[in-house]
Amino acid sequence: MESFAQAPIIEMSRLTKKYGEQTAVSQLDLTIHRGEVYGLLGPNGAGKTTTILMMLGLTEPSSGKVRVCGLDPARQPLEVKRRVGYMPDDVGFYEDRTALDNLLLTARLNGIPIQDARIQALELLERVGLQHTLTKRVGAFSRGMRQRLGIADVLIKKPEIIILDEPTLGIDPEGVRELLELIEQLSRNEGLTVLLSSHHLHQVQQICDRVGLFVQGKLIASGNIESLAKQLDDDGSVTVELSAAPWSKELDERLSGLDGLLTYKGPDVSDHAYSSVLSLDAVITGTRDLTSEAARTVLDCGASLFGIRRKQYGLDDIYHRYFEGGGQLERSNGIQ
Amino acid sequence: MNAATAFNNGFWKKLSGRLINSRPDQTPESGSRNYSPFWVLVQKEFGDHLRSWRFTILIGIITLACIGSIYAAVTAIQAGVKSQQTDTSFLFLQMFTASDGSLPTFVTFVSFLGPLIGIALGFDAVNTERSKGTLSRLLSQPLYRDDFILAKFTASLLLISVVLFSLGLLVMGLGLFVIGYPPTPEEVLRVLCFLVVAVVYVGFWLSLSIIFSIRFRQTATSALSGIALWIFFSVFYSMIIGLIDKATAPADSAGIGEQISHFNWMLLLNRISPSYLFSEATSTLLMPGVRSLGPLTTEQVVGAIASPLPLTQSILLSWPQLICMIAETAICFAISYVLFMRQEIRSRA
Repeated sequence: MESFAQAPIIEMSRLTKKYGEQTAVSQLDLTIHRGEVYGLLGPNGAGKTTTILMMLGLTEPSSGKVRVCGLDPARQPLEVKRRVGYMPDDVGFYEDRTALDNLLLTARLNGIPIQDARIQALELLERVGLQHTLTKRVGAFSRGMRQRLGIADVLIKKPEIIILDEPTLGIDPEGVRELLELIEQLSRNEGLTVLLSSHHLHQVQQICDRVGLFVQGKLIASGNIESLAKQLDDDGSVTVELSAAPWSKELDERLSGLDGLLTYKGPDVSDHAYSSVLSLDAVITGTRDLTSEAARTVLDCGASLFGIRRKQYGLDDIYHRYFEGGGQLERSNGIQ
Repeated sequence: MNAATAFNNGFWKKLSGRLINSRPDQTPESGSRNYSPFWVLVQKEFGDHLRSWRFTILIGIITLACIGSIYAAVTAIQAGVKSQQTDTSFLFLQMFTASDGSLPTFVTFVSFLGPLIGIALGFDAVNTERSKGTLSRLLSQPLYRDDFILAKFTASLLLISVVLFSLGLLVMGLGLFVIGYPPTPEEVLRVLCFLVVAVVYVGFWLSLSIIFSIRFRQTATSALSGIALWIFFSVFYSMIIGLIDKATAPADSAGIGEQISHFNWMLLLNRISPSYLFSEATSTLLMPGVRSLGPLTTEQVVGAIASPLPLTQSILLSWPQLICMIAETAICFAISYVLFMRQEIRSRA
C-alpha cells in the first residue's frame, strides 16, 4: 500500500493547536494520499478531533500548515468544504424532520437543484439501507440508523474526501461490520479518500491501508500495520512459543544455548516431570527468528513437537504498550 | 449612523447578489430554482419557526392582547365621540393609541410584548444547533459562517414582519368594521410606518438574543439573560433615570439654560433604552399633534399654529429614533458576528 505515489490530498506540516497552556496537537506532520483509507488511532483526548477540525477550517491552527486538495482550509473554507464530507462524532440531525428532509437540506446547501437532490437522496438512502424509513422522523431513529444517515449525508455532496470522526461509536457489532463494509466499498469502488478516527483498534485494523497512532497530541507512528509494528518494536526481537514432550534436561540446555538467544524461559519442572508424557511450554526470545531452529532442536532431542508459534506484534500489543493497560480506555468507553 | 447605513448597503447588496448569482457553474434548469445556501437556510428556519409550538403560543398571546386593546380602544372612541370630547381628526389612528383605561393600548402592547417575540425567536438560535450536534454538520457544508447567523436573523425578522403587519392590518380592518370610519390615505401610511418601526424594534431584541445564543451554551441561560434585559429596560430603567433625575435636578430657581441642559441630559439617558426610542417614534407617527420630542421654550412656541404635522414632518421627527434603533441592531449583529466567526465548532460541545 506504500505504492500510492500520486499527489498527496491532505498535507499537514508542523501543525500545532494550543488551548491556552494546553497543547492539543503538537508539531504534526502527516500526508494522506488520494484513494487511501487512513485511520487515526488513539485514546480520547489525543487530539484526533482537533486535527480533523483544523482540516475543515472549523478551528484555526495555532501554527503550522494544513493543505486539503492543495487549499488552505482557513483561507478558502468554502472550496475545502465543497470537496470534503465530514461526519462529526455523534452526528446530529433535525429531529422533527424526516431523513429525506435532512438529506435534501444538505444537498441544497451544496447547490444541488431540488429534483436532482431528491433522486440522489433516495438512491443514497437505499444504499445505506434506510429506504423503508423515508417518512420517519429522525428523532425516532436508533443510533445505528443515525450513523448510516450520517454516511448518506456525507456522500450526497459527492465529496473527494470523507472524514469520519468515530463512525463506529455506540453501534452494535453487526452494525459496525456493515458500516465498515460500506466504507471499504466506497473507497475501493469510487476511489474516495477516507480518513477515519477511532479508538477501536480492531475496526481500524480491518479496513485501513495506513494507520496513525496518536498519543497526547503527537503522532507517534504512522504506516501500515507491519511497518507500524516495526517502528514501535524498538529492540527488534522475535518471540517463539513452543510446547513439546517429553521434556528433557538436554532439550532445556540446547534451547538455552541457541545462537542469537536473548531470553529463555523453560517450563517450571521438577525432576519427575522430565519423564512425563505431558507436553510442556517454553518461551524463547531472540534477536532473529529462531522458530525453525527451535523446532529442529526439539526434534533432534527425540521429543515430539505439539505446537510452535512465532509471536508477532499485532496492533493490540502496540496499543497496550502505549495506552498502558487500557484502563483509561475502558473507562471512556463506558461513558459513551 | 454611518455604520448602520454601510451595514444596510452591504446587507442588501449581498442579499440581491446571492439570490441571483448563486452558483455560476451550474446552468439553471427550467422549473428548478437553485437558491443560494443563504436562502435555503432562511427557508428552513422560517419553516421551523412556523411548525414550532413556541410560535403558536406567542401568536396566541399577542392576538389576545390585540383583541383586548382593540376592544378598549373602540369603547374609548365611542364614549369620546358621544360626549364630543374626542378630536375627530385622525380618529382612525386612535384605534392604536386610545384606551378606556381598562387595558393598555395597542402601541403599549407592541412595545411590551414585541421584545418577547424577538427574544423567543432568537434565544436558542445557535446554541440549540450546537447542543443537538447539527451545527458542526451544517458548518461543514460550503456556507459562510456569517450567512448562517444572517439567515437565522433574516428568517426570524421576516416572520416578525409577517406577524406584525398582519396584526396591524387586522386591527385596521376590525376598526373599520366596528367604528365604520374610513381611514384617509395619510392615516394608512402612518400605520404602515408605525409597523415598520415596530419591526425594527423587535429586530433589535432579536439580534440581542442571538448574541446571547452564541455566547451562552445553555438555552436557559440565554433566554434568562434576554428576559432580564427586557425587564430591565421596560421596568427598571425608567425608574433609575427617575432617581438620577431627582438627585441631579437643578433648583427651581436655577436659570433656564441650566434647566434645559439638565432636561437634555435626562432625555439622552432615556434614549439609550430602545423601548423609549420606540415609544417616541410611535407617538410621533401615530399622533400627528406631537410637534417636538424635546423641550420647547415659550419663545419657540410663539407664533406656531397648533395643528397636526404633515406625514413627512412626522417621519422627519422620528427619523433619528429609527436610525438609532437600526444602529443598535447593527451593533448587536456585529458583536454576534465577531463572537461567532472565530469560534471553534465541535460537535455537541
